Amino acid sequence: MEKQKLVIIGNGMAPGRMLEHLFDISPDAYDVTIFNAEPRVNYDRIMLSPVLSGEKSFEEIIIHGDGWYIKHNIMLYKGHKIIEIDRENKTVTSDQCTTAPYDKLVIATGSNPFIIPVPGHKLPGVLSYRDLDDVTAMMLAAQARDKAVVIGGGLLGLEAAAGLQNRGMDVTVVHLMPTLMERQLDPSAGYLLQKELESRGIAVKTSSNTKCILGDKKVQGLELENGEVIDCSLVVMAVGIRPNGFLGTEAGLDVNRGIVVDKQMRTSDPDILSLGECAEIDGQVYGLVAPLYEMARIAAHTLSGDDSQSFQHQDTATKLKVTGIDLFSVGDFAEGEDRDEIVLRDANAGIYKRVILQDNKIVGTVLYGETSDGAWFNDLKKKGTDVSEMRDTLIFGQAYQGGAAMDPMAAVAALPDDAEICGCNGICKSKIVGTITEKGLTTLDEVRAHTKASASCGTCTGLVEQLMALTLGDSFDANAQQSMCKCTDLGHGDVRRLIKAKELKTIPAVMQELQWKTSCGCAKCRPALNYYLVCDWPDVYADDYQSRYINERVHANIQKDGTYSVVPRMWGGMTSSSELRAIADVVDKFDIPAVKVTGGQRIDMLGIKKHDLPAVWADLGKAGFVSGQAYAKGLRTVKTCVGSDWCRFGTQDSTGLGIKLEKFMWGSWTPAKLKLAVSGCPRNCAEATCKDIGIICVDSGYEIHFAGAAGLDIKGTQVLGNVLSENEALEHVVALTQMYREQGFYLERIYKWAARIGLDEIRQQIMENDERRKDYFDRFVFSQKFAQVDPWSERVSGKDKHEFNPLATLDLEAAE
Amino acid sequence: MSAVSLAMSQSLVDVGAIDDVPQRGARCVKKGDRTIAIFRTQDDQFFALEDKCPHKNGPLSQGIVHDGCVTCPLHNWVISLSSGQAQGADEGETRTFTVEVRDGRLLLDLEEMA
Ligand code: SRM
Ligand SMILES: Cc1cc2nc3c(=O)[nH]c(=O)nc-3n(C[C@H](O)[C@H](O)[C@H](O)COP(=O)(O)OP(=O)(O)OC[C@H]3O[C@@H](n4cnc5c(N)ncnc54)[C@H](O)[C@@H]3O)c2cc1C
Ligand code: SF4
Ligand code: FES
Repeated sequence: MEKQKLVIIGNGMAPGRMLEHLFDISPDAYDVTIFNAEPRVNYDRIMLSPVLSGEKSFEEIIIHGDGWYIKHNIMLYKGHKIIEIDRENKTVTSDQCTTAPYDKLVIATGSNPFIIPVPGHKLPGVLSYRDLDDVTAMMLAAQARDKAVVIGGGLLGLEAAAGLQNRGMDVTVVHLMPTLMERQLDPSAGYLLQKELESRGIAVKTSSNTKCILGDKKVQGLELENGEVIDCSLVVMAVGIRPNGFLGTEAGLDVNRGIVVDKQMRTSDPDILSLGECAEIDGQVYGLVAPLYEMARIAAHTLSGDDSQSFQHQDTATKLKVTGIDLFSVGDFAEGEDRDEIVLRDANAGIYKRVILQDNKIVGTVLYGETSDGAWFNDLKKKGTDVSEMRDTLIFGQAYQGGAAMDPMAAVAALPDDAEICGCNGICKSKIVGTITEKGLTTLDEVRAHTKASASCGTCTGLVEQLMALTLGDSFDANAQQSMCKCTDLGHGDVRRLIKAKELKTIPAVMQELQWKTSCGCAKCRPALNYYLVCDWPDVYADDYQSRYINERVHANIQKDGTYSVVPRMWGGMTSSSELRAIADVVDKFDIPAVKVTGGQRIDMLGIKKHDLPAVWADLGKAGFVSGQAYAKGLRTVKTCVGSDWCRFGTQDSTGLGIKLEKFMWGSWTPAKLKLAVSGCPRNCAEATCKDIGIICVDSGYEIHFAGAAGLDIKGTQVLGNVLSENEALEHVVALTQMYREQGFYLERIYKWAARIGLDEIRQQIMENDERRKDYFDRFVFSQKFAQVDPWSERVSGKDKHEFNPLATLDLEAAE
Repeated sequence: MSAVSLAMSQSLVDVGAIDDVPQRGARCVKKGDRTIAIFRTQDDQFFALEDKCPHKNGPLSQGIVHDGCVTCPLHNWVISLSSGQAQGADEGETRTFTVEVRDGRLLLDLEEMA
């Protein structure tokens, strides 16, 4: 059957989710075309605030990368704004004059930020807060470290203010109403929030209306109605959004506040659906993702011909994504004759809790400072539970119901199966627990990947971890998994991200800024930090010698008796008579007790005394040897087989390619050791399919493998993809290595890193995204400028001399 | 590797300058079969320990120095520089020696080492 044509206008979070459902239920129903005014893929708009504050990068918030569109055969027009819908001929046309026919059309154009038309609102320096371009513009403006005013003290405005302040700006929030976030918080909670922001150095002016924005060519200040003038070079307007139903109006569809749809998300034209912030359903428009995701689920069913699902209104809880501020609000909290409320205040601890009741049922909840009972209150509210029995203790939370106080774990355990844990994605407790057991998940990242819980705004992370602990018992330890070592509560991922975000370039800077709990770290965190800094700032970071393990400090492997072993590089396992002769001479000259052929196709000299090392290296260096880095968390060996040079089965020059790779990549530091191999045919004599990265040569080119292991764990590799030429093979292997270098946790081998972030993600970035691959490759090449220095010859020339000599040798005779 | 003069007052012997020992690092002094490791912490305190881990005689001088401790390079025991005691769950003790700092010089007590 001929596929139907589905055209989508807008590529935001709502239609993105709709397509995921659609591909699940009717994978082959449609050929999909998307037009997006924003010139980019679908990303997690919610997480723009962490990007603004520097806690995340844009790459980290992408929901569907380019590869996803390719995989699903979607034609995505980036930077195309649809200007016309022709319902008669069933086509849409973009501002770039592209016309596309449709059988079904989905309008998902989101909202437009509202700009207050005060004088000066068009001056350069006045921004809204809606998409990545706004964030980029704000980050640019923040470089001046000047003053900024945010108009609007709602969720968006406060996140913008916190982000700009993080970026070094002096921020004032101007808010029309007497208290902040008045749509989600009652005045008491609003007051606490204001105090907290002020204590962080953000100025807050409530009950203040903007009269005009001052400046000739660009923003220089802002004047309030009361005549007060605030100097600033940036004004961010975050005063609200308007559903973007323009196209619907033009096309003659029913439009009120938004494009009117029925409970199956159909507009007044049955072939046109609408969803997301631009859609109006039952007189309501929405501005949070949870209901939009529900719309997405229903639209997918409607598109696959299933009308049985219909949209139900649900209140969504609001949380503010500003690090360190805990706030939760859901439902209706206005006072009223028929309403009753219970309030708990703890001024010292900055805690405020209020539950609003009507007919003995919860209709609203506001929590500030301590929000762990949010899910429980919300569950009672959703179910309309009669709370008269527990009214006296209700406000103390779930822990106090039924006698003794419960610990937080018991509280989570007591939540009913259908209690909602992740509000953004509508994921309930049983779904999370079930998936953990069924799929054998053990890490938070896996749970995120499989259930989407905690994957959008992240505020439910604590709850999800508690559920994991509950399900997995002792085998799950959120802290062990999270914190790098006892010196910090931060995990490797957080530390890596913050090093980049805060541009931390020395170990003391990391420890200071990230509040290390020990004065100079320990043997676990210091080597890790040293690696992260070497990797992230190759040109400016000065390697911290004292934070390296002894082997990397003296460039040899320590043995059980305190002597050392020395392994020179033998490129790709090839050697020659003169190399072997030089080794034989060194062994004789220094009386080296053992010589062994290693499992990595080269020769190990064992039992060398420390003070002989520089002299041993000097002799080896004369024969052309450099360090084999057999001690390094870095490139170790590249094993090869004889390949097409000699072997009757060889399809390509596996030895040559191995040597090329080793010569290109030696010297680089990696999160853990990195071993490569190249086999000349699928008989695989170089054992490439159990290496970190392996290549199997075939008639048609090169099959690149990765994520194998043959040490503590045994794992066959996964296929990354096929390439045609040697140069492409090199480029892909190098790019993969750099991606691993940038993302891996210290001591995490490639196979573990790959399991953590997903094989598909890696394939997508390296095989499918040419630009990304090129960038990784270039960054690797750049860092090699600083890494490809033979450590042995440096030491032969006198570097770190003290390392190899005692401070003093006391004469025995004289001492007597 | 010069042998140093031992003609000093009492039994103290000058083994080198403080700046010969890197911060968060160690250098060794050899006397016959015995090796003594002199450690320098981040905040310039000096400690002298026999260069032998109580576990399996690992050379502590080759370990990573952090706070008042060194982590042994062989199997990661953590040894206190001031007491020589193994930290945490491990049990054992390394012999400590007195090291004095005078005018930027490091002095060891020979009698103690005898
Ligand atoms: C010398 C050698 C054994 C030999 O005589 O053949 C060797 C010797 C050591 N290996 Fe190995 N491994 C050697 C090949 C291997 C191989 C085989 C290979 O590379 O093809 C493997 C399995 C492949 C793999 O890595 O997946 C291997 C898996 C390990 C592991 C387990 C790593 C893991 O993540 O599972 C360790 C332990 C570790 O790294 O923590 C280890 C650790 C060690 C250490 C460094 C132990 C230590 O910490 O002191 C040994 C150092 C001896 C020395 O001073 O030279 N060695 N080791 C081989 C040196 C290869 C070279 O030329 O550089
Ligand atoms: C900073 C910020 C923080 C937020 N925090 C939260 C939060 O914590 N929790 C929460 O639930 N929600 C939050 N939201 C709201 C949430 O992001 C939105 O509700 C959601 O992204 C809306 O999805 P959508 O698909 O309807 O529209 P959008 O994601 O806005 O997508 C609409 C897309 O359509 C494109 N478009 C518009 N017109 C056309 C046209 N004519 N032709 C082609 N393309 C067009 C636009 O360029 C845009 O890319 C936040 C929003 C922002 C901006
Ligand atoms: S297998 Fe590796 S780590 Fe184990 S004893 Fe042999 S060389 Fe050492
Ligand atoms: S010898 Fe020091 S820990 Fe084993």
